[in-house]
Amino acid sequence: MPRPFTPKVITANALLEGDVIWFTSKDEWTRDMAAAEILTDEAHATLRLLDAERQQNQVVGAYLADVNIDGGTPAPTHFREEFRLRGPSNYPSHGRAAAEV
Amino acid sequence: MYRYSEFDDAFLAARNAQFRAQVARRIDGSLTEDEFKPLRLMNGLYLQLHAYMLRVAVPYGTLSGAQMRQLALLAEKWDKGYGHFTTRQNIQYNWPKLNDVPDMLDALAEVGLHAIQTSGNTIRNVTADHFAGAAADEIADPRPVAELIRQWSTDHPEFQFLPRKFKIAITGSEHDRAVTRAHDIGLRMVEQDGAAGFEVIVGGGLGRTPMIGKVIKDFLPKADLLPYLEAIVAVYNVLGRRDNKYKARIKITVHENGIEKIRELVEAKYAEIRPAFTGIDQQMLAGIEAQFALPDFTDRDTQPYDVAYKNDPVFRAWADTNLTAHKRDDHAIVTVSVKAHGATPGDATAEQMRLLADLAAQYGHDELRISHEQNVIIPHVARADLPALHAALKAAELGTANVGLISDIIACPGMDYCALATARSIPIAQEISNRFNELKLEHDVGPLKLKISGCINACGHHHVGHIGILGLDRGGVETYQITLGGDGTEDAALGERTGPGFSYEEITPAIERIVLAYLEQRDSAEETFLQAYRRLGLAPFKAALYPEANEKNAA
Repeated sequence: MPRPFTPKVITANALLEGDVIWFTSKDEWTRDMAAAEILTDEAHATLRLLDAERQQNQVVGAYLADVNIDGGTPAPTHFREEFRLRGPSNYPSHGRAAAEV
Repeated sequence: MYRYSEFDDAFLAARNAQFRAQVARRIDGSLTEDEFKPLRLMNGLYLQLHAYMLRVAVPYGTLSGAQMRQLALLAEKWDKGYGHFTTRQNIQYNWPKLNDVPDMLDALAEVGLHAIQTSGNTIRNVTADHFAGAAADEIADPRPVAELIRQWSTDHPEFQFLPRKFKIAITGSEHDRAVTRAHDIGLRMVEQDGAAGFEVIVGGGLGRTPMIGKVIKDFLPKADLLPYLEAIVAVYNVLGRRDNKYKARIKITVHENGIEKIRELVEAKYAEIRPAFTGIDQQMLAGIEAQFALPDFTDRDTQPYDVAYKNDPVFRAWADTNLTAHKRDDHAIVTVSVKAHGATPGDATAEQMRLLADLAAQYGHDELRISHEQNVIIPHVARADLPALHAALKAAELGTANVGLISDIIACPGMDYCALATARSIPIAQEISNRFNELKLEHDVGPLKLKISGCINACGHHHVGHIGILGLDRGGVETYQITLGGDGTEDAALGERTGPGFSYEEITPAIERIVLAYLEQRDSAEETFLQAYRRLGLAPFKAALYPEANEKNAA
């Protein structure tokens, strides 16, 4: 049996600001991870990454990141993605999480 | 200090205009990221985890007050109000916007600073002894030579696409404060028959394959330096491996070919190119040297210092740790700790930078240095002015008396910022610093260099820390390995791994156990941690670190 596919989101950095963004199902980029498109099929995920990478004039370095789905909302599985979501631990106020509160 | 010539100004203006156009073309879509990335890297612009990062070279660690003020301006105007001094005497801005970077570079050019060759496979910013020009133990100030190397290496047409990055460090003192043995080329000034020259060390480096550099030339006359450097880099440029990024540094080239063969090739190349160096470089060096003349010192009575030292224990503690002997007895070199307990190592706010510039103007002949240990130096202060200087520093949280102690930690940015990192470094540094401050032990422990890297690339120099910490990702969990016994001085040594790593929660208690074991085992308060380690070896520290293993062995 093939290994089950871990759900993913597409993430990148914004070209102008450099900050962390996620790809939505409407081919747009969001700063709210909860609004990211959740990809549960490997073939579809590969195609969506190509769609994301086509937006060269908006983003840098798009890639697929593993997520856990909790109540329909994606959450990072790896601490690196957790830090990208939260911002630096030495200045919590510089992070996105703090900015949104 | 070196002042830019018309040539320097024109070169920088042209280069900045070129980069401004490249940024515009990236934004309007004419350049893809693949095309733009090498161009931005050549100008010091990285993309990190949360934002772009601009790495500005502080040439051989030397800054004037005006330059420091401009760094403060950049922090305030285009960043989040602070800058991060790095282990290569650079400053990094963690939050610039792509659109703003050309303006930032123009602002830097106004004070003779740039970000050229702070990235890419080129010769990087030359680092130097941070006490250069002031140290009592110095043969001569190495900075004129460092400036000559900066001019020679900047935009050097042959060396813009080396197999890998290339780092040169230089010291004018017998006591090596510039970690010359862990650089691609290390230059240590030595004297022979009354003439100054260099011991040339090649093939040192940290990273995933740490190596102590080897002496390729015992004594190189000063006048032969540039052609000899050019010969080394030319040989490496041809011989260095381009097939494998991890084997591309000159340390591997030296290791695989042997120092004898490298020496032979370098000597042959040197013989070939030496005649082309007709002495223009030496004329230029003479011009540069004149600009690095010592300030006009005046004799000062040290009495205010003596009185404060005797009567004020806070001042005394600071004087004992943060001062270094100056060329003149009535002066001192001040190391300002940018490591207040619990703060991020190397981060300075715009206000702190301005205060340092003001204090340098008032008490220090307008000179500042950045150390690879991420502190700021005011190199020429009359002892009589030290009490006033200390009071001003203290009020700005810059008066911490911990230089050379366990809380004077070197830490790379780690996974809080860096795209390459595999674990965090900064919060580990903060926690260890806070813990030892609580214990009130660090002055009793004495000299102890703790260095933390958040990945195998070793920007935090963990291999040469008396205690080194390396953060890794082990199965999706931050894990920290400890090495002991490293040394970055003239007695350079690589630390030895203690054994299995520790989790994020376990690492600070583990460090505490090592230090307590040292206090228990040292033969006197005079025996430093490193000396005790060299006498005792790893065993007692392993026993303290892994008590479970002892119990198992005893059973």
